[in-house]
Formats: sequence, structure tokens, C-alpha cells
Amino acid sequence: MLGLSKKDTTFLLIVIFLTLATPILLQPFPEGSAMAQFNAGYPDLMQRFAIYGIFAIGFNILFGLTGYLSFGHAAFLGVGSYSVVWMYKLLSYNVLPGLVLAVITSALFALFIGYISLRRSGIYFSILTLAFAQMSFNLAYSVLTPLTNGETGLQVYTDDPQILMDAASPNSPHFFGILMIESTKVNIGGWQFTFNNGYYFCAIIAIIVFYLSLRIFRSPFGTMLRAIKTNQTRMNYTGLNPRPYTLAAFVISGMYAGLAGGLLASMDPLAGAERMQWTASGEVVLMTILGGAGTLMGPVLGAGFIKYFENIFSKINDNILHSWFSALPDGVEDAIVFMVHPFIGKGWSLTLGLLFMMVVIFLPGGLIEGGTRIWNAITGKNRKSNKPGKDGKHHPKPTAHVN
Amino acid sequence: MGILEVSNVNKRFGGLQALGDVNLDIAEGTVHAIIGPNGAGKSTLLNVLVGKLIPDTGTVMFNGQSVLGRKPYEINQMGISRVFQTPEIFGDLTVIENMLIPCFAKRDGAFRLHALKSIASEADIIDKAEHMLSDVDMIDKRGMTASSLSRGDKRRLEMAMCLVQEPKLLLLDEPTAGMARADTNNTIELLNQIHERRDITMVIIEHDMHVVFSLAKRITVLAQGSPLVEDTPENIKGHPKVKEAYLGEAAA
Repeated sequence: MLGLSKKDTTFLLIVIFLTLATPILLQPFPEGSAMAQFNAGYPDLMQRFAIYGIFAIGFNILFGLTGYLSFGHAAFLGVGSYSVVWMYKLLSYNVLPGLVLAVITSALFALFIGYISLRRSGIYFSILTLAFAQMSFNLAYSVLTPLTNGETGLQVYTDDPQILMDAASPNSPHFFGILMIESTKVNIGGWQFTFNNGYYFCAIIAIIVFYLSLRIFRSPFGTMLRAIKTNQTRMNYTGLNPRPYTLAAFVISGMYAGLAGGLLASMDPLAGAERMQWTASGEVVLMTILGGAGTLMGPVLGAGFIKYFENIFSKINDNILHSWFSALPDGVEDAIVFMVHPFIGKGWSLTLGLLFMMVVIFLPGGLIEGGTRIWNAITGKNRKSNKPGKDGKHHPKPTAHVN
Repeated sequence: MGILEVSNVNKRFGGLQALGDVNLDIAEGTVHAIIGPNGAGKSTLLNVLVGKLIPDTGTVMFNGQSVLGRKPYEINQMGISRVFQTPEIFGDLTVIENMLIPCFAKRDGAFRLHALKSIASEADIIDKAEHMLSDVDMIDKRGMTASSLSRGDKRRLEMAMCLVQEPKLLLLDEPTAGMARADTNNTIELLNQIHERRDITMVIIEHDMHVVFSLAKRITVLAQGSPLVEDTPENIKGHPKVKEAYLGEAAA
């Protein structure tokens, strides 16, 4: 179906089901229970899961397949956001023109940055992309203020032209009348499920772009990209020019990032330069590696993980901890809270950092590898065959020889 | 008129004359070995042929077209394939994927954005790749990761990758370097088979006299960057100049 093998079709259907059922799946605890704070099924967070999932899927096409580590992808995120807000300002709150523009501008931008950066590989490539992204970030604050509105961030004002707006048009981002902020709340027993338009809009786009990435992974083009990662010498001597392949991968991943940035502005009609900062570029690298670079689902999983930590773990404070351990004697309770304290609340990044280190050391293939190992342990399959450990990285290098 | 003509090629690295007035005329359909002691300029010559090095003077014509100044992938697209001293394959990919890539390169050229086409739908390409794998007795290893193959199989795979492109000229850079005698003999057998069945012109750069005399129809001896003699293997064997150049190294 849809040009996919049977196995991939099943896989895609599972992904579609999981994506559409997210508002239910992420709400496992009843309202008002002590565990309710671990529920992640609220619109803002679910939107982030989908949007950063798209960002990571795109990044994975470049980094996961070709091995070129870009440290500047947040620049495209920013470009996408600005494009969408500009379309709000000039046309109307319909997100479609903005998203189309976001993809086009980020593609052009990626073509330019990629053309220059891809002249180098390895660390030099990473540094070049980082330099471009930081340049964009600083320009957005200074020279490009007329385009970006500097520190205030780009937003819609009442005196903006908005030429397609009439009295009946909605006053917040919408897709042909479907308002992004609107939600349907359903109460079943003690549970409350929120079905948000914005989330479903992002989710459907995420499914489409996931499907496209699946097609790319299974295409001759995808194989060429993996070949580049493995052995560029052989690539050259097989009559293939690696440069346009890497550039195409760079532009495609830039378009994904632009789309993600556009969606951020579609959920919340604001665009700020901080979206382009290098920390945002670093985040998508973490997402991809944490989940499993080069795997299909890994980056999405990584994105979900990081966003969950950022939003849920950071909410737990000492009072909540005290209430959990209140059954223990006072001294022990205080001691435990004291020990756990650095890892929660503001310390969420410490926990995430430790988790990241453990994944990189023990599961070089990311969370996906962890999942595969557990699955194989359950089903009793031999797991030696698909272990992307040290051997995966190894390939014969031409021995330097003097004649 | 040969398929590959090298005329008056000179290459200097600083003060060292790596190649001096090299003239070669390689006839179509032959197996031509280039031998010589260490430092004779064999590898430099090979690198000139594949576009990795540009000579200071001289011309290299392949099928009437100059190869100088062209990128390695352009030279491959002209019909020259190269086998490396250490097999260069796509280690992370499976054996069949390794075979598919040269097939696509042959059909689609140096770049094509076939991003939404499924590999599974390319029946004729898969067929061609599998056919070649059967030819080199590796079809049962099609699903293996290439890096986990034995050294002999890696060599076999690399040659299959070159051959599936139906090159007009196959360049081999010490194809048996570091191999055990049994593997060496297998490789010789494989190359002889290839030559008989496909009639491909081959240029072999080799140290091992056993390999050279088992394969070559013609031999050029290179010494200090210049061709010393060019003749048939029979005549080269007893040639005094060759003995002098090797000075006891001949048994290598």
C-alpha cells in the first residue's frame, strides 16, 4: 500500500494509531490523583511532541543517514516561524500560506547554507553550520530588526494590512476556519481527555512527513545517503558524486525544520529570535541521538522524551516530594527529599543529562536499541546479529602507502 | 591504438621525480601488469589514471578522451573502475545494498534524486545485482552486513561491485596484498574467470610475481618513475634489467 512493503505499512498504521490516540495514551492517570501531574495529555505539550517530532525526523534524514552533524538547524526553525507570522501580518490568520512559505524559505536558506558548509565534512561542517545559525540569530536581533522585530519578537498588530481578513475571519491561527486553540474535552470516569484542533493539525502533518521520511529511507536515494556515511571513497569510485546527495539531504532536513518552525507559530502566533539559538540546534541533536540516529522512530521518541522531561519533570518540587514520602519517618523523609532534590524541578536537565550519558554509553543505538534488546530478550531472538556497536562504525580505510 | 594511452607523463613531488616520461599503451582486452620495486611510482601512476593526481605534464587518453582534470566519479562514469589495495566497500550496508549502488550509478549517472521511489520496485536493478552476486558465489550472503565478511569475500564483493558496472577498464591496485596464499590463488582464479568471460581490459599494479605471471599478458616494469621495459611475461622473466632493478626482490 502507498508504495510501502507490508511490514512498513503495518508500521505506518501503528504510528498513525499511536499519534491519533496520543491525547488518550498520555493521560493514564485520573484527574485529581497524586499521579495526575505525570499526565502529558494537555494541548500545549502534545503540540510540542508533534512539532519537535517533525523537526527531529527531518534532522535524522541528514544526520542519521549521511552522518553530517549540523549544529545550525534551529536557524531553519526560526525562518519557518518568521515566515508564518509574516503571512499572518500580510494576509490573514489562515496558517496554510504561511506554512507553504515557511517550507520554501527554509529550503532556499538551507540551499545557501548547505552549499557553503558541505564543502567541508566532520567537525568543520558542524562548526560552519553553527556559525551560520549563530549569525542568523544575532542578525535577527540587530540588522534584520525590520524583518524580525528584534527582541520583542514578531507578532501581529492591529494596524497590520491583513488583506484577506474580513469581519467574519477568526482572530487567531486557523486552518480554513478550524481554530487551532479550540479543544473538545471529554470526561470519562475520573479521566479527562482533551482533543485539541491544533494538536490534530500538527499530528496529521507529522504523519504525512513521517510517511515521506519512510519513503526516503526505503528509496535508492536513502541508500545513497547511508553509503555516504559509510564510505565516500567507494562512493566516488562508483561514479557517484556525494556532494549533491548531501546537499539534497541538507535541504530536505531544512524544509522539515522550517515546517516545524512554522507549526510553532501556527500554534502560538509569535516568532522570537531565541528559537534560532544554538541551544535549540543542540536540542535536536540530543533528541536524535537519544532516540537512535538513523532509525525511523528514534528521533520522534527522543523528541517526546526531552519535551516530557522539560515540561513534566521540571514541575515536581520539594512539596510534592514531601507528600510522596510522608509515610516515612521525618528524618528519613527529609534525607530522601534532600537527595532527590537536585534531580527534579529546576534540576530536570541534570536528570536528562545523566540519562543521555547512560544511553550513549550503554545503548549507542539510542532508546530504539534499548527497546529492540528488551523485545529480543522477551521473544528470545538472537540479538548478536543486529548490534550496531563498534563494528558498525568500522570500515576499511585505505592504507597510506608510499610506492 | 590502445584503450588507454599515457604519453609523456611527468609528476614531481618537491624534489622527487615520481614519474618521469611515462609512456604506456594498453591494448583493449588485455591484462597488463605494472610492476616495479618500492618507490618505482606504481601508485602515483594509478592515481594519475583515476584522476586523484594531476600530472605536471603529459596526457592520459581513455578511449580517445582525456581523463586529466576529471573527478574520480566522472572517470568511473567514462568506464574505468578501480579495485583498492584494501577493499573499499560500504561496510555498514548489506551485501545486496552494496551491489545495488553501482547498478544505480550505472543507470542514473552521478546524481539522481529518486527519493520517493522504492528500491523494491526496481526489479531489473535487483535482478542485475543478484545475478552478479551469483556469479561470484556470494548470493547466500546477500543479507549480511558487508563489514562482517571475511577479507576474501570483501575483495570478491568489491570486484563484483566494479564488474556489475560493466567497465571497459578495470584497475587493480595490489589486489592480493596481505592475503594468505589460498586467498591469493582464489583471487587469481576469480580474475582469470572475469577476464575470460567478460573480456575486460585490466591493469594490475602488483608486487607479487606469482600473481603477475599467473595473470598478465603484458608487463611493464617501472623503476624510479620511468618504464624500464615492456614485454610479454616470458621475456620479462629472464630480463637482466629487471633482475637488476629488483636485486633479489624478485622472489617476493
